[in-house]
Amino acid sequence: MSRIRTLQKQLAAGTLTSVALTERYLARIREYNPGLHAYLHTAEAFALELAHRADERRRNDRDVTPLTGIPLSIKDVMHVHGLPTTCASKILEHFHPTYHATTVARLLDAGAVILGKTNMDEFAMGASNEHSAYGAVRNPWDPARIPGGSSGGSAAAVSADLCVASLGSDTGGSIRQPAAFCGIVGLKPTYGRVSRYGLVAFASSLDQIGPMTQSVEDAALILQQIAGHDPADSTARNIPVPDFSARLGDEIAGVRIGIPEEYFGEGIDAPVEATVRTAIAHLESLGATTVKIHLPHTRYAVPCYYIIAPAEASANLARYDGVRFGHRAAARGNLHDLYCASRSEGFGPEVTRRIMIGTYVLSSGYYDAYYKKAQQVRTLIARDFAEAFTQVDVICTPTTPHVAFRAGERLDDPLQMYLADICTSSCNLAGLPGISVPCGVNADGMPIGLQLLGRPMDEVTLLQVAYAYEQSTSWHRHHPPHYGIGA
Amino acid sequence: MTTAYEAIIGLEVHAQLLTTSKLFCGCSTAFGAPPNSNICPVCTGQPGALPVLNQRAVEFAIRAGLALHCRIAPVSLFARKNYFYPDLPKGYQISQYDQPLCLGGHLDISCDGEAKRITILRIHMEEDAGKSTHDIGQATTSHVDLNRACVPLIEIVSGPDLRSPQEAGQYLRALRAILMYLHICDGNMEEGSLRCDANISIRPKGSTVFGTRTELKNLNSFRFLERALAYEIERQIDVVSAGGTVVQETLLWDEKRGRTLSMRSKEEAHDYRYFPDPDLPPLVVDDAMIGAIRAALPELPEAKMARYTGEFGLSAYDARVLTSEKALATFFEHAVTAHRAPKKIANWITTELLGRLNARGESFESLRITPPQLAGLVALVDEGTISGKMAKQVFDTMYATGEAPQAIIAREGLSQVSDSAALETMIDELLATQSAQVAAYRQGKTNLFGFFVGQIMKKTAGRANPALVNALLRKKLEEE
Ligand SMILES: [Zn+2]
Repeated sequence: MSRIRTLQKQLAAGTLTSVALTERYLARIREYNPGLHAYLHTAEAFALELAHRADERRRNDRDVTPLTGIPLSIKDVMHVHGLPTTCASKILEHFHPTYHATTVARLLDAGAVILGKTNMDEFAMGASNEHSAYGAVRNPWDPARIPGGSSGGSAAAVSADLCVASLGSDTGGSIRQPAAFCGIVGLKPTYGRVSRYGLVAFASSLDQIGPMTQSVEDAALILQQIAGHDPADSTARNIPVPDFSARLGDEIAGVRIGIPEEYFGEGIDAPVEATVRTAIAHLESLGATTVKIHLPHTRYAVPCYYIIAPAEASANLARYDGVRFGHRAAARGNLHDLYCASRSEGFGPEVTRRIMIGTYVLSSGYYDAYYKKAQQVRTLIARDFAEAFTQVDVICTPTTPHVAFRAGERLDDPLQMYLADICTSSCNLAGLPGISVPCGVNADGMPIGLQLLGRPMDEVTLLQVAYAYEQSTSWHRHHPPHYGIGA
Repeated sequence: MTTAYEAIIGLEVHAQLLTTSKLFCGCSTAFGAPPNSNICPVCTGQPGALPVLNQRAVEFAIRAGLALHCRIAPVSLFARKNYFYPDLPKGYQISQYDQPLCLGGHLDISCDGEAKRITILRIHMEEDAGKSTHDIGQATTSHVDLNRACVPLIEIVSGPDLRSPQEAGQYLRALRAILMYLHICDGNMEEGSLRCDANISIRPKGSTVFGTRTELKNLNSFRFLERALAYEIERQIDVVSAGGTVVQETLLWDEKRGRTLSMRSKEEAHDYRYFPDPDLPPLVVDDAMIGAIRAALPELPEAKMARYTGEFGLSAYDARVLTSEKALATFFEHAVTAHRAPKKIANWITTELLGRLNARGESFESLRITPPQLAGLVALVDEGTISGKMAKQVFDTMYATGEAPQAIIAREGLSQVSDSAALETMIDELLATQSAQVAAYRQGKTNLFGFFVGQIMKKTAGRANPALVNALLRKKLEEE
């Protein structure tokens, strides 16, 4: 039974209250967060108030959902009205939003408890969480290593059980890559499945909010609550939301799984490849058929991503000018001086780098060579997938080319850092759903993730296959040592 | 202007749409609200907020496109126009760029009695920016009001077809009239609901190539537009005549000093880094929607003119004057409904009413006379209650006070005396006291007739019905 289902059973039986559960999590955060730095902001009073209300709701037997009373965390890039939103940036150091993100509002409607806001790479730009203006997150499996990024705080918090589950955001792999590095489940829904309203934009055509959980079933339960049309987001598709748990437990015999050769071999660490191939063999043993497929434009995904995402970011981040909110430099002078000083002081080096790249690729004279070309490549990448999905139902790849690396190892080499997205970014460019599930560990005991990609809006099949894999293996029962999990 | 050169002018007109809510959020568009009271996370550019397109604004823009004979694009795109300014909350303006909603239309104008067709290159939708004010004498403090931010605008771009400041003025007047007819813009240039920029260049007459153009901004009244264009044409001719070359730049019209000032050169021009806004899906408009909007279009000036000259038998001149503004046409039509004398009513409006407004420099909006009142006045003349001469006197009072003609006539005792018994008694008395003149008349001095009429008119202070007086007098003088 999944973590959320187990807790629900106890809450329903009256052997546990949400207040007791929340207090337990707050105590764990107090104990373990100083070493992990997974949370930027813990909201004790706020969480306990929500827990009280959840217990009352259960007592009155009113609108009890699978999430009622369940303590969650929220990546600090989504608004929770009443808590700060910093995006791990100095420029939003004291920013308090005036409204809830739609996803947050839907979790609160369901009676979920919000423990606090999790650490991340500044404005979700990074693959290691070392680009947080408030200090890096550590990987619970090995504190000398990074937890991945940009939703590294959420991944570390779920992995170390400092929350039942978390909401992350994924622009080029920011949910799946840290999920793989921390040995948890991370689901990026189809673009348009979940509202982005109240998610601070990094790259609007790629960003998508999704669950980071201890099991596949929990991911389905949370997605169920946050998915669906939102009149406040024109890109949130107005189509029916299926029951994401409908096929959990169904056999996968006959399911066709595509294996793209481009995601194996060169650039992928041997132990990672070996582990993922073992996982694929396991899926075959469950009755799935594997089909070799080709996604020839995959090799352009990272360069394409690193043009489109910074281009959109350069405009999305223009509003942080020190005029209406956020950091304003003390410097006196003219308007231009105010802009320059506020933004130079407020943004960290990686954000600055991407704003500069984005501004450059959109500039007159360079637009056609970079931005326009990248959009054309994006179309080709999406076409590769569309063709592949005429032959297969899901596509299976490693989530990352390697396990979590050591802190500081790539900080001075942005290109190496960007290559951590090599297996994940094409999924965002094509707008597909993707999930990472734990599938093993390397010789150092560091987790390895199996990535499954699905057809647009077909999270149901994705979850079915991921669940079948998870339930027939034991990797989801592996937890990092030293955090008193399972006690 | 030196006759050796001709001016090439194109106008970019921004019209604020009369929707009740903003282009991408639900905030009110009401003018004059306290600063920063009509705002929300979307129009203040809060992190995480997203735009949602106001379909009513799309409908209004399509109305403009159809009225100006444009092709409505089945798919158009919103783009981000990037630049920093404190009254631009997101650091970019959402505007349509390379795929606008309306393309390739025209507007026919009349210049010196001749019809001329002006090309409309495109109409696109965009959001307005906020408003900055700077404290006088306190250069360090500025204020930003975001009530106007995100208010829907359409930008209507003409071809380089205008050849004089007067033509440009005519074009803007005709365009303004159509937007007001469509009820999509209030046309108020003072409040900025209608704004105009001009692109202008000169070339030797007969040449087919364009000269270097300058862009004139801030032409926010017909007077500014015509004065600024005249100034700029003169300036460019002076530059070229002196052997110089016109520099491509953006100029600001300074009405106080009566001259243009350089705002920025070509080198300082912004690189707006336009790209499609990923927050807004392509705007798709289907034929059914276009058809429904077309069917609901009101009667436009061209059609009205045809009806006025045909159905009402007005002169082309009167018809053009009456249709030049929606308010005027509405006034005329209401008056005709109250009293079906279109030619007479048209005459009263074009001569008396507009004459007074123009002479006093007053606006049509400030008019006190209502259409039924004017119709009533014409009816009173037609019924013979007052004379045409009296009517002008009554009209003066109506114009000044807004009173109904009946009330003025009653108070001032201006109605005609058409009571034949009373007039007969009056004539009998007159003839009795003027026996010498009566005798002279009867002996053949018939030119004395006017004398008798004059006496009666004097007695009635001009109110006697002249036709009746004539008939009665003739009868009395001839009967003995
Ligand atoms: Zn608003």
